[in-house]
Amino acid sequence: MLTAANTAARSIGLHAGMAATQAQALVPDLTMMDAEPEEDRQALERLAIWSLRRYAPIIALDPPDGLMLDITGAAHAHGGALGVLRDILKRLAEVETAGRAVCAPAYGAAHALARYGADPVRVVDPLELVGAIGALPLAALRLDRATVLSLSKLGLETIADLEAMPRASLALRFGSMPGQRLDQAYGRASEPFEPIAAPERIEVERRFVEPIGAPETLARYTRKLVDQLCQQLEEAGVGARRLDLRFHRVDNVIEAIRAGLARPSRDAKQMGRLLCDRIETVDPGFGIERMLLAAPAVEPLSFRTISNLGDVPVPDVAALVDILGNRVGEERLYRYAARESDIPERSVTRIAPMADPTLLRWPERWPRPARLFARPAPIDTMALLPDHPPVHFVWRGIRRRVKQADGPERIYGEWHVSEAEWLSVRDYFLIEDETGARYWVFRQGDGMDSATGGQGWFLHGLFG
Amino acid sequence: MTERGARPHVAALRAKIAEIEGVDRRARSVLPFGIEAMDSKLPGGGLALGALHEVAGGSQGATDGAAAALFAAGIVGRISGSILWCMTQADLFAPAIAQAGLDPDRVIYVEARDETAVLSCFEEGLRHGGLGGVVAEVARLPMTASRRLQLAAESTGTIGIAVRRWRRPAEASDLGQPTAAATRWRVTAVPSEPLPVPGVGRHRWFVELIRCRAGESADFLVEACDATGRLALPADLADRSAASQAWAKRAAS
Repeated sequence: MLTAANTAARSIGLHAGMAATQAQALVPDLTMMDAEPEEDRQALERLAIWSLRRYAPIIALDPPDGLMLDITGAAHAHGGALGVLRDILKRLAEVETAGRAVCAPAYGAAHALARYGADPVRVVDPLELVGAIGALPLAALRLDRATVLSLSKLGLETIADLEAMPRASLALRFGSMPGQRLDQAYGRASEPFEPIAAPERIEVERRFVEPIGAPETLARYTRKLVDQLCQQLEEAGVGARRLDLRFHRVDNVIEAIRAGLARPSRDAKQMGRLLCDRIETVDPGFGIERMLLAAPAVEPLSFRTISNLGDVPVPDVAALVDILGNRVGEERLYRYAARESDIPERSVTRIAPMADPTLLRWPERWPRPARLFARPAPIDTMALLPDHPPVHFVWRGIRRRVKQADGPERIYGEWHVSEAEWLSVRDYFLIEDETGARYWVFRQGDGMDSATGGQGWFLHGLFG
Repeated sequence: MTERGARPHVAALRAKIAEIEGVDRRARSVLPFGIEAMDSKLPGGGLALGALHEVAGGSQGATDGAAAALFAAGIVGRISGSILWCMTQADLFAPAIAQAGLDPDRVIYVEARDETAVLSCFEEGLRHGGLGGVVAEVARLPMTASRRLQLAAESTGTIGIAVRRWRRPAEASDLGQPTAAATRWRVTAVPSEPLPVPGVGRHRWFVELIRCRAGESADFLVEACDATGRLALPADLADRSAASQAWAKRAAS
């Protein structure tokens, strides 16, 4: 029996569930490997724990080949739901694994679309949910094979067909399962999950006799949990880099908040503020009966020596970085640092806002424009070759006469980066037009030899 | 404006207004430009630290905001502490900011998704109190938002600079709208001093103080920020006053 088939195999008609002998008869030189369900499961678990650290606080296994991620409240760190999905697939592709990722309002729908939908990456919003899953085959509903077969004998092919049937007669004949799966796919019924927990992580929890729901109460208990967590962190000698706060509601729905910290920390006040900032995003429903605070990512944190010699201590901005990072996304907060490259766009790199001070600096003597275009804009010029600046040029439909110019500053391609840059050259000029506006233009090539570049002119930046 | 001592009534009135506004609870410190002609036009002899200031670019600079960004970098570069720089378009070229006197290790950039997020990061930065200054590149600065920013800046003594930068040149007329900022500047690049040899001399700006709370507007022709963030008066200013009038007309058109 085949348990899985790769893309090449599927394209010649093999599929999971086929008898092995039949497959061998179809393809004489077929490569077959023994299935290892136990190892597959362990690998899936490892993947789940990795995703737990990276993407979302609530993750459940969906064997044999799926993971359920509840990214509510955690997607902003990767630039929204689509950003999370793309990042997952990109990282899977880096380890040569193909995957499909779908984000939908209900787990049933996401499950169906990931396996039977047309797009490998898709974010379905609540409004398009009905249209998106209606056309999928019944097999997408997680029903057993026999039920799907007998339903198709009745002429029901798609989820929309089944949805149109009267529920009572359906339940009489096939039991409650089809109706329940339909409700789960359309998001009308909730589905309980068993979230996995990373083995060694530090967490504290609190159960409530009476469900709580008021934001102030939630904030109060959040602070209490943070205090407990900080004690545990201190005992372990570590600081948290990431916090997950989970709210288990009485109706078995889990709400979550995730917050990141720029530096390992066990500052209860700062952590409390980060979490309480976001409490309004939590929907308590009929009440919350259990709160769980975990630190899925920790780093060693030792004591710092504070000295009052020398000048005044530099105020710590790590707390501000955390607040802003949780608001706009961590990757949108950065510092610029110099890199050893003469190519302007490669001479700047982004580093984490709280990274250690850098030593490398850009050369000070060469004037650089305040604004650099991501893509140099082609311009029409009139210039004497080989090494004179343009006499005039046209940019954005306006002709600008050059009054003064400095250059050329020749920048060679980096042969160690790319073979194609072996000979390439850019000649940069700083030019000033009649109004005083200053531009940074370059000619691709040295003005003589076409091997060094196409000799076209580009505007690369604007000086202030 | 003439010197304060000559008009005691005005000085008394000024003190009374400051008392009503409640700003003298903290000692108001200022950051001088180090140019007598500019500092004498500003109340207190320099840019107020716990306040919001607006800087816009003139003519083409309204859309690229290059000169305005360097002007802002030169100001915050002379204040110690970390600087927060909020923006929506990440086209700032860090080496130029370093050349204007702002060390790259001191600046934390926030690339927000939209203007609203920029304003909220701006305010958060001003309220934090541990920063040397906050710079934000915004197109629209409504009265309410600027009032909030001004109050946040006053409460912590952090300087806030709004670099006004519009998508289209036509939108630059927005600069005429009132805001709660303490000063409003327009910086326009003008031709540099001609050198005896081919080449471009030190960059020059025509800096207009369009609006100044408790002060009068003025304009100056200065040389752009050097590597320590300082502006300078051109050596030949006296001979070029007629020419500077011509730039004024062009920048205003």
